Parts: sequence; C-alpha cells; structure tokens
Amino acid sequence: MATSTLFAIVTTLLLTLTGAQTAAAQDFADERRRMVEDISALVRETRAEVGKQAFDERVMAVMARVPRHEFVPTSQVASAYRNRPLPIGHGQTISQPYIVALMTDLARAGLGDTVLEVGTGSGYQAAVMAHLAKAVYTIEIIEPLGLQAAQRLKTLGYTNVEVRVGDGYHGWAEHAPYDAILVTAAASHIPPPLIRQLKPGGRMVIPVGASFMVQQLMLIEKNLDGTISSRQILPVNFVPLTGRR
Amino acid sequence: MTTTRLRTEGAAGPPLIAVALISAAALAYEILLMRLFSIVFWYHFAYMIISLALLGYGAAGALLTMARSAVEQRFAPLFSAAAAAFGVSAIGCFALAQRVPFSPLEILWDPRQPAYLLAVYLLLALPFLCSGACVCMTFSRWAGMPSRIYSFDTLGAGAGCLGIIAMLFVLSPQDALMLIGALGWLAAAVAWLQCGDRRRWPALPMLAAAGLCLLLPQAWVAPTMSPYKELSQTLRIPGTRVVEERFSPLGLVSVVESPQVPLRHAPGLSLTATVEPPPQLGVFIDGEGLSALTRFDGRRDSLSHLDQMTSALPYHLLRHPRVLVLGAGAGADVLQARYHDAERIDAVELNPQVVDLVRRRYADYAGGIYAEGLSAGQVRVHIAEARGFVAASAERYDLIQVALLDSFSASSAGLYALSENYLYTIEALQDDLRHLHEGGLLAITRWVTLPPRDALKLFGAAVAALQRSGVADPASRLALVRSWQTSTLLVKNGDFDAADIAAIKAFCAERSFDVAFYPGMRADEANRYNVVGRPDLFDAATALLGPGRDEFLHNYKFHVAPASDDSPHFFHFFKWRSLPELLSLKEQGGLPLLEWGYPVLVATLAQAVLASLLLIAAPAAWVTRAGAGQRASLAGARGRLLVYFTAIGFAFMFVEIAFMQKFVLFLSHPLYAVAVVLFAFLLFAGIGSGVSKRLNEAATPKLRNPLAAVVLAIGLSATLGLALLSWLFEHAMGIPDAARIVISVALIAPLAFLMGMPFPLGLARVEARDARLVPWAWGINGCASVCGAVLATLLAIHVGFAAVVVVALVLYGVAAMARP
Repeated sequence: MATSTLFAIVTTLLLTLTGAQTAAAQDFADERRRMVEDISALVRETRAEVGKQAFDERVMAVMARVPRHEFVPTSQVASAYRNRPLPIGHGQTISQPYIVALMTDLARAGLGDTVLEVGTGSGYQAAVMAHLAKAVYTIEIIEPLGLQAAQRLKTLGYTNVEVRVGDGYHGWAEHAPYDAILVTAAASHIPPPLIRQLKPGGRMVIPVGASFMVQQLMLIEKNLDGTISSRQILPVNFVPLTGRR
Repeated sequence: MTTTRLRTEGAAGPPLIAVALISAAALAYEILLMRLFSIVFWYHFAYMIISLALLGYGAAGALLTMARSAVEQRFAPLFSAAAAAFGVSAIGCFALAQRVPFSPLEILWDPRQPAYLLAVYLLLALPFLCSGACVCMTFSRWAGMPSRIYSFDTLGAGAGCLGIIAMLFVLSPQDALMLIGALGWLAAAVAWLQCGDRRRWPALPMLAAAGLCLLLPQAWVAPTMSPYKELSQTLRIPGTRVVEERFSPLGLVSVVESPQVPLRHAPGLSLTATVEPPPQLGVFIDGEGLSALTRFDGRRDSLSHLDQMTSALPYHLLRHPRVLVLGAGAGADVLQARYHDAERIDAVELNPQVVDLVRRRYADYAGGIYAEGLSAGQVRVHIAEARGFVAASAERYDLIQVALLDSFSASSAGLYALSENYLYTIEALQDDLRHLHEGGLLAITRWVTLPPRDALKLFGAAVAALQRSGVADPASRLALVRSWQTSTLLVKNGDFDAADIAAIKAFCAERSFDVAFYPGMRADEANRYNVVGRPDLFDAATALLGPGRDEFLHNYKFHVAPASDDSPHFFHFFKWRSLPELLSLKEQGGLPLLEWGYPVLVATLAQAVLASLLLIAAPAAWVTRAGAGQRASLAGARGRLLVYFTAIGFAFMFVEIAFMQKFVLFLSHPLYAVAVVLFAFLLFAGIGSGVSKRLNEAATPKLRNPLAAVVLAIGLSATLGLALLSWLFEHAMGIPDAARIVISVALIAPLAFLMGMPFPLGLARVEARDARLVPWAWGINGCASVCGAVLATLLAIHVGFAAVVVVALVLYGVAAMARP
C-alpha cells in the first residue's frame, strides 16, 4: 500500500517535472526564435557596416538551434537569449548573440571546412560553428573552462568538436591548414603562427575590445597568392561625422 | 550628576588633539580608499565611490542637527564612541564593501548592479559619518570656539594627507588601513582622557583596541582586483604568478612571470611579421597598463620584432639619432632605440620602483639597459615626470619618442576621461618641438580607435602647436601611419622631403601598415592594407589642416578638439549630442563607443547633489518643526546660511583643485603636487582660521564686514598666485625640486591663510544667532565640498582650470553678500 502510494507520488512528480521540462524547452525555443529575429533586425540596421542585408541563412538557422542557455552559468540562464554579453566565470565573457552570428557569418565556413578556434570559453561559438563545418578544433588556455566546455559539448552530442587545454599562440599544427580561424581570446597582437596556419583563401576573425565591450571585428584574409589583407568592421550603424563630408 | 559632568567637560575644553587625530585619520582614509579602489576597479569608479562616501560628512551634520541635546549632555562618551566606530568601520566597511559583487563594467547590462553600488556607497559612508560626527559634535558642544576647533581640524587633515603619502612608500595599503583604524581608537582614548568623567580606565580598552587593529590578518583587507582587469586576466594563464610586488602612492607595481606560456607583448605587431618577441616579464601598474620587461641577451636580432611596429617608423628616417624616450616604463622603447643603433638614449620614467626593478632586481634579465650612469648601450635613465623633464632640459634631440604606456582596454573604454594628461597638450608638443634638432622628429604612438579619436585629437594638437610656433604650413611637417592596432604621428622640425616620404611609404608597404597622412598625399593612397569602413583618418587630417577645421570639430561626434594645459583632458572624447544615438545602439554593440569616464563623472555629480539635497533638507525641516514658534525670523536667516556655506564650500574646493592641477606642471610630479598643495592649503587655512577669531573680535565700525575684506584679499592673492605661477613655469623650471616646493608653498600660503577664514567667521555668526543651526551649517559645507570637487573637474573639462578659479572668486563674492 505504502509502496504504491509512494510510487504514485514519484510518478506524478516525474510527470510534472517532465512536463515542466517540456514547457521550459518550449520557452527556450521561443526565446531563441525571438533572439534570431532580433539579430535579423540588427543586421538590416547595420547593412552598410556589415556589407549585407542579411546573414547567411545557414548561420541564422544554427543560431535558432544551438541551446545557448546550456552554455551560460545557472545564474545567467534567464538572460541567455538576451542580446547581451554574459559573464561565464574566470573573468571571461560570452559575446552577445549578434556578435557571435556576425563572426560566424564572416568566417564563411562551409560543410567540408576545418575550423580552428583560439579561446573556447563556454564552447558556444564552437557549437555554432560545428553545425556549419566539418571539424572544429578549439583551444582554451584556462583549464577549468576548457574542461567544462569539452564536457558540455560532449553531453550535447557535438562529435566534430575537439577541445584542447593549452596555449593557442602556436595554433594546432596537426590539423592545419584551416579554412577559417576564430580568435576569441584577446592578444596584444595577432600570432604569426596562426596566420601561417591559414589556408590561402581562408579567413580569420578576431573581436577587438575589452570585456563586455567587443568594439570591432578584425577580418584577415589570406589571398590565393599568400598575401594578407585585413579589414576592420565596426558592426554599429554609426557615422562619426555629421553634416557635409 | 549631569551638571557635574558638564562642569568637568566644560573645564577641560574641546578635545582638540582628538579632533586633529580623527581628521588626520579621515583624510588619510580618503586618499587610501582612492588607492585601494584604483587597484580593485578603475580610477574613475574609485573616484565616484569615494565622492559619494564622503557625503557621510554631510550626513553627520544632518544627524547631529536632530540630536543636539544628546551631544550637550553626553559629549565625551558620544565622541569616543564615534571615534571608535570610525576605527572599526574604516577597516570593517572596506572589507565588507569588497564582498559586494559590484562589477562596474556590467552596470548597463545587469539591473542588480545599481543596488550593489548603493550598498558600497552606504558601507563606505559610515566611517566618514563617524569621523564627521566627532568634529561636528565638537563644534556644536563648544559653541564660541569655531576658529580653534577648525584650525585643529584642518591641521590634522593636512598632517593626515602628508602622512598617508609618506606611509604608502613604506607600508602596503593593507597595513596603512589598519593603522588608520588604530588612529580612530587612539582618538577615542585621547578624547576620553581629556573630556570623560573621572573614571580613566575606559581609555585602556580603547588603546588596546588600537593595538589590536595593527594585529589583524592582512588577508581580511587585501584588495581583490576585478576579474576583468588585465592583471587578473593574465593570472588566469596556467603557470603565471606575481614574482614581485611593490607599493607606492603612485600605484601597485606587479611583475608577472609566465614560464609555461610566454607573455609575448607586442602591441600592433605587423601582420606580415614572422618573428616573435623574446621571453618577457609583464609589469602592471594597479593591474593595468601591461608593459613588457623583455629579456635581452645583448643579441640585436633577438629584438627584431621591435622593428615591426608603427613606433619604429622614425628610425627609418634618421641615422644614429640621439633619442629621448618619454614614459620609458620597463624599457621596450629603449630597446627599440638600441635595436636601431641610436647614438645616445635618454629615458624618462616617473615611477622609481619600475626603474629600480629593471635596474637592480632584473638587471641581468633586462641586459643591464637601465644601469646606473651611462649604460653600455649609451642609455641614461632619469626618474622624472616627462613634461617637467623636457621643460627643464637644455638639451636637444634628433628624436623624442612618446611611449604608449596606457592599456588598450582601459583606453578603448574611455576610462581615462577624467585624468589630466600633460603630455598630449598643445603646449607640451610645442615644448617638445623646441627640444628637437633641425630636422629632428617627435613621434607619438597611440592605440587605434574606431572611429578615430586619440589620433585625431593629437593630430589637431600638433597642427595647433606648429601654428603657434610660427610654422606657416603645418601640413609639410606632419605624417601619420597606422597598423590595425596602433598609430604613430610624426612631427618634424623642418619639412618632410621626398626621401622622407619615400622612406615612410616603404616602411608601411613592407609591414602592411597604412599611411594616413603625409604632405601631398592623395586620397586613394589611404585605407589600403587594413581596410576600415571609410578613410576617416585621412579625411579628418585633411579637414584639420584646412579652412573647415572648426566645422569638422563641431560636426564630429566625438570631442577631438586639442587638449591644452588649462584643460588637459586628452582622453575626454564624450559629446552629449552623441549620447542618445550611442545608447540606442546598445544592442548592436554600440556601448563600447560610449566614452565612460565623463558620463560616470556626471552621474557622480547627480547622485551627490540629490543625496546632498536630502541631507540638507531633512534637518532643516526638523529644525522648523521643532522651533515652529519662531518660524518667520528663522526662515530668512536659514536661506542666507544655506547660500553662504554652499558658496564657500564650492569655492574652497574649486580653488584647491585648480591649484593642484596648476602646480602639477610646476612641481612636475603629480604626487608632489597633491602633497604640497593639499598640505599647504590645509596648514595655512588652519592658521588663518585661528587668526580669524581676532578678526571677528576686531570687527570695529571701520571694518564693518570683515568678510568682504577677506574675499577681496582672496581674489587678489589667487590672481597674483596664478600669474606668478605661469611666469615661473616658463622661466624657473631648471631650479632644484626643493626650491620649487618652497616657492609653491610661499605662493599658496597667503591665499590659503585667507581661505581658512570664511568658514569660522560664518560659523561664529550662526552661533550668535541660533546655535542649533551649527551642525546644519557644518553639514551644508560638507555636502558642498563633495559636490564642489566633482563639479570642479567637470567645469575644468569644459572651460579650463583658470575659469574654475574665476567661478570660485565669484562664489566668494556671493558668500560675502549672503553673510549669515
């Protein structure tokens, strides 16, 4: 008797919990959709700066799929889909979704591509990239962050992402050259070895700015003849000079 | 019983030594908090937090207005309790405030942050409330003696100011904090011994508590640095550790070693560079502004990365130059000069501890570049403030290289907006140009910001400096290049010739740097390698050289008009007009374009004014209610009193802050300026206050309004002082430090002496009319001082320090008319 009552209670509880989970999952999906709509609106506003009306549809589809709330600390879950940078501990932050989408779009990774990321952080950017490329190799210098991200990506079923804890300055020669390199950790200069590991025709994207303050993105392209050209993108619809130019 | 105590207390007189002690402790605490919070956060947030906390003084006035009878009856226990509470809270509240999860960088993102900030304010206001209460209740209890009390109060503050600056050379900030806590308890004991009842034993536990403060574990109050500061970020790298830490009032110097992952600091390194920097140690000041202490084994080629930065450009236009490096830090620019075979190098660095680290502690590591005398590489190191060094120097150079020492992240967030910088003003550039040989170069490297700010402000300053020096065609002497991260401006003492221009182009082409300006440059040559949205730098440089300069400066969305010695806020780029637009761009990531320093200053002022109004209005309402009968006569008197004490509070701070800035140049050291000016002001104001009593008594029919005479004299001595000062700066910079200090004190003495009078003169009249209003008047003055200090900085940014002094003189005039 007692056992069956207990069983009933547990079943009810479990059902409720599952129900709550389903509801929460639905909530997150809604939030994610709104986030993607926000990003699309921002791209339209900044079309002059980013040079296009809309990001690659594949990028936007991935943004709508990757569960960003899984990549932020519990205390930040409520803000996970807001278009803002979030602290992830260890003095590190996760960029605002608009910047992640822009970086991904700029990297132009294709399905057969190999991508290197320096600065795994929470692993969110790597997860987004994993949907678009063949393989993502990502290096994190802060050990606890790297281990956490590796575990998280594994749990979420990302099989084509490999996380390594270590110094990213010399890249990951074993899998080089890369079609795209994302450098999410700030450095005083762009490491020459990374430029060497970029394929001709490959693209490197680097956010520049302080914590919570990605200011501009630096895009480095290795031309087919091996020369380098670079471009800085201020993803903000802001013209510094008013009046006649 | 009560009468007995009153009699004993009255006979003992006010606890003047205790008042001096508590004032010394409070001022030392204020300066120390600034130091501690500059380590924890960034300078401007430290400034905001401390300004608000200082309103604790105003709160003390408000509180005591409402509790005056308690003070009358139980002065000694209350004074001792408040002093002891200062001792406890000075240490305890700092420790607690550190545990509040306030993170200034998140303030516009996280709605909880303002609440945390408020908690920090309230915690830190408590010690100032306690120390303020001690002083205020002494004024209130010993009515009729404001001059003597005020002079001990001011003299104590002066001693505290000198004391803490001296202490910070030998003690860690933590130790200094404990000592200040102990001072609070000491003041409590001294006051008890002088004014308490016959039982003397309670002084013993107070003294014991003072001793106990000194034994507290340091870890309780060790400043915890924000995780977003450069040093905190660096220490996340496995294997890194702080191998050396030195304290001084100039900042906390940390040397970081990273044996596993090399540090590799090479800002703006060319993208085509294949070389990597040799091993380095990181040197941080207050956890920011990384400067590399590079291992140098004497092999020239180990430094080849130093030729891959924009700052190397001048060496491609000069052969074996005599170089002056301003802001040498840990020596990167000195090594760069050595790499390029400089004939001789003079290196100027302000911080003696940084020099000592390179010269002694890490002499072998650094390859002896800072060795005493003239080192192997013909390097001579000078510990001096750069601007003063140049002004006093009789030498001429082929190259003056102004190093890039501030950190990119702080610079890009506009965190320096409040700080004065005398290296990048028009007058500074003129000075530099005067110290160049014919054909010599001045090179200044800055971080690149997008859209451009620093580079433009500097370019404009160079144009103005050349014009003021009588150059008809400034364009012929200017060149500007940029990498993706740094820009270097060259100003030549002479016209750039074809060979120079060819060298500039070749230098840039080899390194994929962009030429932003050179004489005769075509628009299509700009913005080629590191492509930005528009060739803003070239367009702006062209505009700044042409007839459309004023229109350009007006229309540009950042404040890029050149800085001057009178308004030396180089890092102030904020324009109100752009604020709504930038805020609306928050979601796109527009906030980084918001230059933080200035809005934070405005926010500080707004908060301080609101809190002050509350602290002034509440006790006024209370007094009105308590004395409902005599309302009519009181209202008018209170209005005058409010105007009077507000005006003199503002005016005193305006003059003090403006003079401090004006003397930074003459004393050529920010610390000397703070110590000498603040001490001289407080010392002579204290003496003036003591003398003012006689002036009040001597208020004969001949001198019906002694205050008007004092105000007139203040006006005269301020004007004379400033006029003499600018003459001295031009003609007497070569004289020794000690002589300049004596001259400074002599210039300040008469002015400060006079400025010490209006407060006690006013207070004496308040006492004569209605003694209940004494704490209120004292509180008003406290609030006005806080708001005045913030407003002085704000005004200086807009109209310059000279104008701040003029406003102060007008305010003294207003005070004379509103005499209570």
